[in-house]
Amino acid sequence: MKVALFIPCYIDQFYPQVGIATLELLEKLGCEVVFPLNQTCCGQPMANSGFEHLNKDCDNNFVENFKGYDYIVSPSGSCTLHIKDHLHGSDETASKHIRKNIYELSEFLIDVLKVKNLTAKFPYKVGLHQSCHGQRGLKIAQMSELVAPPFSKAEQLLGMVAGISLIQLDRKDECCGFGGTFCVTEEAVSVKMGKDRVADHTRNDAEVITGSDVSCLMHMEGILRRQGSKIKVKHIAEILNSVVS
Amino acid sequence: MNNIKIDHSAAATEFNKDEARVNWHDETLWFVRSKRDKAVFQIPEWEQLREAGSQIKNHVLSNLHDYLTEFEKKATENGITVHWAADGKEHNEIIYSIIKNEGVNRMVKSKSMLTEECHLNEFLKEKGVEVIDSDLGERIVQMREEPPSHIVLPAIHLKKSDVGDTFHEHLGTEKGATDPQYLTEAARQHLRDTFLTRKVALTGVNFAIAETGGFVVCTNEGNADMGAHLADVHIAAMGFEKIIPKAEHLGVFLRLLARSATGQPITTFSSHFHKPRAGQKMHIVIVDNGRTTQLGRADFRNSLKCIRCAACFNTCPVYRRSGGHSYHTAIAGPIGSILAPNLDMAKNADLPFASTLCGSCSNVCPVKIDIHDQLYKWRQVLVKDGHVSSVKSIGIKSMASVLNSPKFYRTAGKLGRFLMKTAPFMVNNNMNVWYNQREMPEVPKESFRDWYLRKRN
Repeated sequence: MKVALFIPCYIDQFYPQVGIATLELLEKLGCEVVFPLNQTCCGQPMANSGFEHLNKDCDNNFVENFKGYDYIVSPSGSCTLHIKDHLHGSDETASKHIRKNIYELSEFLIDVLKVKNLTAKFPYKVGLHQSCHGQRGLKIAQMSELVAPPFSKAEQLLGMVAGISLIQLDRKDECCGFGGTFCVTEEAVSVKMGKDRVADHTRNDAEVITGSDVSCLMHMEGILRRQGSKIKVKHIAEILNSVVS
Repeated sequence: MNNIKIDHSAAATEFNKDEARVNWHDETLWFVRSKRDKAVFQIPEWEQLREAGSQIKNHVLSNLHDYLTEFEKKATENGITVHWAADGKEHNEIIYSIIKNEGVNRMVKSKSMLTEECHLNEFLKEKGVEVIDSDLGERIVQMREEPPSHIVLPAIHLKKSDVGDTFHEHLGTEKGATDPQYLTEAARQHLRDTFLTRKVALTGVNFAIAETGGFVVCTNEGNADMGAHLADVHIAAMGFEKIIPKAEHLGVFLRLLARSATGQPITTFSSHFHKPRAGQKMHIVIVDNGRTTQLGRADFRNSLKCIRCAACFNTCPVYRRSGGHSYHTAIAGPIGSILAPNLDMAKNADLPFASTLCGSCSNVCPVKIDIHDQLYKWRQVLVKDGHVSSVKSIGIKSMASVLNSPKFYRTAGKLGRFLMKTAPFMVNNNMNVWYNQREMPEVPKESFRDWYLRKRN
């Protein structure tokens, strides 16, 4: 199975370890992984700011990089959702194929690879941050607002990790306040949301906060580090790829 | 609200200066959201009920003309005088002319967000007509000369002590009183007098039924009934989207409304008005005020499905931490942010950006309005129409030029992580805004791509 790896711009630049963990994990699970070298960004930063119309080149570049693969996998629910909803390159057939076959990592592991067990070990108390775009957009977990049975693909995967203990949050799917450019244009509310989200994890004794979106994790990490907190932040790929010692 | 333009972000910054109060505001509204959750989880068919509500409203929006004229015909047959108002100004003038014809200069009003939208109180005040809002929350904010901060819980931004201070000033209650029973009793006595002495009463309308020509007003305090039953003239004001085809559809909407709004199975009072009682006059003012324009916007027309339950307010993590007044519009919160730009794009251009697009609003919406998708779409419209600052525009354009080109992107990344300055989350080119209250990500030695080339190629 040939998988193209989409590593969003800020992961490429600031969180290479997340890209590495994703790549290694997919290879461990038997995928042939390719990283198209001329990729940049999904275009969401422009689009969410109201500048979707500037994304023609960005979209074309994305299509150029990712056309022709069986699957495209990304360790970011938010960027995946953006591609799924808004990728419209000049080559519409290729765009459509990409929109249909792009997966966020945890949904790819559960829905396509049908992973039932993992060899990872992570003996810590972990708080799972359900990112809004993965959860409410890609529907990789049940949403607290809807009357429907609960499920969470991320929780399912974390449950396969030895030694891990998942904590319960008081508000299980509240937004962290990152919101792309929102985090600077609405600084006060963004920071307050981030502080409150982090406090929920702290109050419930998390040692590590994880999630399937680096953007949310980056936001919470920025707040935790400013507070001098000992809580660490790790992308779910890093936990699922953690080596049994 | 006054006409001075205060942008949402600036108002939210002000609101956040008192963090303890923000916590209290957030928890109070989260409590309402939690009550809503409990109430809806008692109904296994809740999602089907939402779908039914949504489809009925969609049907109504596609057949408005027929239902409105049917309603007018039936209501007129019932002895109700029906008025049509193209905008807020006409709405206000119609109501003023009714009051004037009765030869009075005072009116009691029960909560109506439409009259807030049309700024009726200010208009009537200028004409020398005194209006007393009779719902407790409305009365409190009216005394304080503030607009409601929430469409269902208008004084939710105030603590008991604030109410005590306000009543001390306006009703002569004891200084420093905070006992809810005592304060409510004072309001009750004050309003009792109002109900007994006003000849004209105005109420809002929750649902107007085409097949019967009647309408339903949902309240918890019963003040709409007190006003309407004691007055010689009952005026009901409604936006034209309040119409539903049949009385049987109330079985869907009354359940959806109260559970979504406050977590009650049904509001304490669901008052059905069909015709004036003997000797009474009844008027209905049906208002457009921009609704036709919104109906003509393909991407935004279904915002008119809204039944004003405010569930999207209570669940919104931004609303809970910025307060209703930060939205500087009669209807705040997520739904207000997709309605307000239709009324005035320039004035409300900030509102669709006052969201992280988390999507919780669309999930709680009892009539399934895709609120967060419409926020995204309004952003595109507002930018294309030029309602965006040049600083932001330049920032986004320079970011786009970096991200559009793989070469430029990599060079930028390598140049001492130049990207730090143009990173997606710092597009106003001001690193300090992130750094004020948050640490920057640590800059790694190499990008993922560099690692990949080193290790895998």
